[in-house]
Amino acid sequence: MVKKLAKKSFGGIYETMYKMRRFEEEVFEFYKKGLMPGLAHLYLGEEAVATGVCAALNDDDYIGSSHRGHGHLVARGARTDMMMAEILGKEGGYSRGKGGSMHIMAMDRGILGANGIVGGEIPIATGAAYSAVYRGTEQVAVSFFGDGATNEGTFHESVNMAAAWKLPCIYIIENNLYGISVDIRDVTNTRDLADRAKAYGIPGVVVDGMDVEAVYAAAAEAVDHARKGKGPTIVECKTYRWQGHHVGDPAVYRARRDADEKKDWMERCPVRAFRAKLIASGASEAAVAAIEGEVEREIQAAVKYAVDSPYPDASEAFDDVLIG
Amino acid sequence: MREIMYRDAILEALDEEMARDDNVLLLGEDVAFIGGNFKTSVGLYEKYGDLRVKDTPISEAGFVGMGVGMALTGLRPIVELMFSDFLLIAADQVVNQMSKIRYMSGGQATVPMVIRAPIGAGRSSAAQHSQSLQAMVAHFPGMKVVLPSTAQEAKGLLKSAIRDDNPVIFFEHKMEYTNKFDIDDDVELIPIGKADVKRAGDDVTIVATSSQVMKSLKAADKLAADGISCEVIDLRSIVPLDRDAIIESVKKTGRLLIVDEAYERCGVGAEIAANVMEDVFYYLDAPIARIGTPNVPLPFSPALEFPIIPSEDKIIEKARALTVADA
Repeated sequence: MVKKLAKKSFGGIYETMYKMRRFEEEVFEFYKKGLMPGLAHLYLGEEAVATGVCAALNDDDYIGSSHRGHGHLVARGARTDMMMAEILGKEGGYSRGKGGSMHIMAMDRGILGANGIVGGEIPIATGAAYSAVYRGTEQVAVSFFGDGATNEGTFHESVNMAAAWKLPCIYIIENNLYGISVDIRDVTNTRDLADRAKAYGIPGVVVDGMDVEAVYAAAAEAVDHARKGKGPTIVECKTYRWQGHHVGDPAVYRARRDADEKKDWMERCPVRAFRAKLIASGASEAAVAAIEGEVEREIQAAVKYAVDSPYPDASEAFDDVLIG
Repeated sequence: MREIMYRDAILEALDEEMARDDNVLLLGEDVAFIGGNFKTSVGLYEKYGDLRVKDTPISEAGFVGMGVGMALTGLRPIVELMFSDFLLIAADQVVNQMSKIRYMSGGQATVPMVIRAPIGAGRSSAAQHSQSLQAMVAHFPGMKVVLPSTAQEAKGLLKSAIRDDNPVIFFEHKMEYTNKFDIDDDVELIPIGKADVKRAGDDVTIVATSSQVMKSLKAADKLAADGISCEVIDLRSIVPLDRDAIIESVKKTGRLLIVDEAYERCGVGAEIAANVMEDVFYYLDAPIARIGTPNVPLPFSPALEFPIIPSEDKIIEKARALTVADA
């Protein structure tokens, strides 16, 4: 049975997608204004993936995230103000400025961490799934990673173990076509990366990553499968990042195959598409505008919180290395 | 007191800690059905079951990473690597993940995890199964690095490592597994970070780790016959490093020899010498000396291997040279 997003949840789904969108736009502004140390990898264009997947999860489930992690964290309900402060390296951030954009953790939300190493988080999420079985809970773990990570050894090692031991882990491939500048089609012969599931004897599903309802349906089925003790699923979401690999990457490489590639994907904007769906489902323009206004207030408050937060004292560099 | 093999001291520590805490589990290659490549977990699979004593595929990065995920979610995994050389296959998970997650999270996360890995040459295992990688691991922040000497240390320190809330790399010496030692009937926890003076002496301080402690004690016996009195300090861990124990001893003896089996270049000896220099320089009667493994890959043939690694004879020679330099 195909699980569908309930109409009553549409408002919340749109709120999450719109929040991700606005969050990342403001992060990009930080960069352009020179307020942000380092770089950030934006989730713009991929909002339907994290939103659809996390809508299928319970509060006590786990997620492991990647370098492009802001969207996953927003979808899990992490505090946007603390995320922004972390991205600016401020004391008010989730890690008091020690992690930055690529390492935001929110253990109270089951977020085992964004991760700066491609594929580095996959075995960690898999271990969390083992832990859930060990402790006899019904929790599942979701591992988010890009197309590039599927060519790391940790992908194979982790999925193989999860399949062998029927661990409740769901592997979400965000196939946005590029690992920095390298087109996945130039370095991998498998057109649908989810086909690799066959090699592990587990389900592999390809979905339109620009369609939040399609993502939800696939994720919900995978989660259900995992909770019933039937093991992992690979869900490949075909998606696209609107910006370069990070905020400083002009992404000129994308036009070499198809000059209109970016334009074509942007025409399928997942946020705009779902807004139309929300209206079509009966929500008034005013109701949708109210959601957007609420998100805007939160994002502006988050920006202010982050900007106003002081930098940590230099002595804090020595804290949290070892306990005791 | 009783006599016990080093490997059985490890087994006792694992068994007792698993019995004590349901969150402790063991995973690694060949740990379950056959009880470990070096027989350090015999019987645990039968006693604790498949979920708690888990044979893994040959996927070091994968199962070390799974250990990190287990530790982040309330468990206390003990991950066995069959040889310390295999740490390099799992290097990202050890160095970038396990030992940095607490820091990167600003203290939100704890990673109470132990990686056990055998070190040491002497079995004709050649270049990829004989290394002692403690110096390399100690280079990185965020994990404790423990090196037990006798069976007593193996048991007391392993129990402490399992209860530690930090990631701990626990290096067992593969040449000791079947050696027998006298240990207490009930071994108390040995605190990590506290060196132990195994033999008191006045002329030369020998700071040693792991198997080199036993070699140093034998060397000290022979040197005593020549009238050279050695103080032998079992370092027990290199992170944390018990600087005070070393400094205190060198202030008394005026001579320091460091013996550790890791490669000599950028090794444990170099680190300790530099680390304590500021505090001991004006007490020294001779330059600090060190013995490590020279910077060549470990060779296969015993004819090549044994001359390379630290030995009782080399310790005697170096210690004697320190006292001669004083004359």
